Amino acid sequence: MNRREYLVALAGLSAMPWTGAMATAPATLHVFGAPPPSDRVRRVFAAGAPAAVLTHVLAPDKLLGWPWPLSAEARDLLAPAARGLPMLGRLAGRGSTLPLERLVALKPDLIVDAGTVDATYLSTAERVWRQTGIPYVLVDGRLADSARQLRETGLLLGVAARGERLARYAEEALSACGDRAARRRPGVYLARAADGLETPLAGSVNGECIEAACAVNVARGPGGGLARVSREQVLAWSPDAIVSQYPEFHALARQDAFWRRLPAVRDGRLFLAPSLPFGWLDGPPGVNRLLGVRWLASRLHDLSARTDWVDFARDFHALFYGHAPTREELMRLPGLT
Amino acid sequence: MKLAGQGTALRLAVLSAPVFAALLAAFAFGPYPLSPAEALAALWAGPSAESDAATVVWQLRLPRILAGLLVGAALSAAGAAYQGMFRNPLVSPDILGVSAGAGLGAALAIYFGLSLAAVQALAFAGGLLAVAAVVFVAGQVRRHDPVLVLVLAGVAVGTLFAAGISLVKVLADPSVQLPAITFWLLGGLNAVASGDLGLAAPLIAVGLLPMLLLRWRINLLSLSDEEAAALGVNVVRLRGTLIVSATLITAAAVSVAGIVGWVGLVVPHAARLLVGPEFSRLLPASLLLGGGFLVAADTLARSAAAIELPLGILTALVGAPAFLWLLARTGRGGA
Repeated sequence: MNRREYLVALAGLSAMPWTGAMATAPATLHVFGAPPPSDRVRRVFAAGAPAAVLTHVLAPDKLLGWPWPLSAEARDLLAPAARGLPMLGRLAGRGSTLPLERLVALKPDLIVDAGTVDATYLSTAERVWRQTGIPYVLVDGRLADSARQLRETGLLLGVAARGERLARYAEEALSACGDRAARRRPGVYLARAADGLETPLAGSVNGECIEAACAVNVARGPGGGLARVSREQVLAWSPDAIVSQYPEFHALARQDAFWRRLPAVRDGRLFLAPSLPFGWLDGPPGVNRLLGVRWLASRLHDLSARTDWVDFARDFHALFYGHAPTREELMRLPGLT
Repeated sequence: MKLAGQGTALRLAVLSAPVFAALLAAFAFGPYPLSPAEALAALWAGPSAESDAATVVWQLRLPRILAGLLVGAALSAAGAAYQGMFRNPLVSPDILGVSAGAGLGAALAIYFGLSLAAVQALAFAGGLLAVAAVVFVAGQVRRHDPVLVLVLAGVAVGTLFAAGISLVKVLADPSVQLPAITFWLLGGLNAVASGDLGLAAPLIAVGLLPMLLLRWRINLLSLSDEEAAALGVNVVRLRGTLIVSATLITAAAVSVAGIVGWVGLVVPHAARLLVGPEFSRLLPASLLLGGGFLVAADTLARSAAAIELPLGILTALVGAPAFLWLLARTGRGGA
């Protein structure tokens, strides 16, 4: 069989009302092999964390397992069925933790991977498909493309209506900028690691929540991934706000003399985002960030006074994760207390 | 370049000049927009909570410079001692697996999401543990040359701990923990705060003390064990003391700075080319050069780009050519 990489749109999409819009958009799905008709996709293997979240929000009953060990705290916030799913391991070329033999034994109808797609990922996917014969779908795209990812993957998994519903939510969440586009965008430093000195550079997939929340990532530097920076550099950047998903860092920044000296911390613009069950801002860089984008935008643009974030998070959980934790459970999350 | 014939004090004074220059440059340059003149003026004016310049110079640059001096001096001293003890100029302080042990300790701490202090503590403990394992294994083998057994056991134990690091990396969350582990292993002084030095400095001082006191006897380790013993040296005890002190020094340095390679290998070698192999001169020269070298490399690490360049990469990039140049120069001058 020749390598066939084609848009899934070909098969069932022609009847759908949004086909016209899709035809002009760049390809989101890269498909190796022939995926089964969407009503016969019952077992989906997610190759990495963003793909697992994407599959979980669309078709939780089809997800075979988690590609990474989900902590007990994270599991507690999910629907009972999702809590019980096993940890299977990931597929990532040499970084794979799941042997291909075990993958075949799982008998998935489809392998789904999500994230930015480059030649390395494409060739890895092709090789897995050639070796196992299991159709492999790469969902290309970044946070800004979330709506399209949800729609197209929903279609592929036979849950087009749900995909459309979630995509609408994504579109609304990602329109946070809206009328604020003209205003000055605040400079944000996204602090990672316990010491807060690891940060995604502007353009990195890990810092997309900043741009989506209508702000500017102050960390500009060579390369487009994660970097270590010095305290002196943070001081020189002088961010308007500092956000983090690390409670250790948040505690450190509130008592350490250097961090407290920064205008952002002094003016109470040091924000801690919850990281459970999936990160609000990052980790994994998937559709889970749609929750954090709204939260971050309102924090940065001083709109938070009216919103009850626990209720807001409950609604998001109910819609996306199919399970609304109690208010008490959510209020235990660092960042929501 | 060769400083033979002059007094030790004079040689060290000559060596101090570039170290002093490196220190001044370290205070003068950095990512914060501050001219070198302003920075040095703020340094002269003393610490103050009021001005940003004083914060930059006194709270941000000073701890890093002290850490650079300390870590560079520590790694170089340990390297000098080991190169003499193993009778091999290609030996570095991590020959007995201390870096791999520290790396595994830190990687585990990051994997389990522990605090910064715990990462440092586990790195230190991991370094000690690896060397203890090497010494224990070497102690069980009696029929071979003890130095050779130590080196081989060090390679094997180091490999074992490195495999442990790789395992933790595979298991770690690729979007959250893996970058933190990778950055730690690349080494750097950017996370150093003044409090860290308060712990590492005394440990390094304690480790350096035996080296200073035994500086004459350490020369005798370049002889064979029988010859040294004939001269009245308890070779086993001397070697054991050196291993303990060098391990203490290296583990403390690595727990602060992560894995910074090449310094402990190249600096003692360069120092030897400059002041000769006699340990009582080699030790102070290594301390001085090592401190200055790491301060200079760290200045580059934090000033060259907006992001921090990993120190371990820079020490190799800067150290290797400088070392080759020195080698060529002294070779021609007739060493």
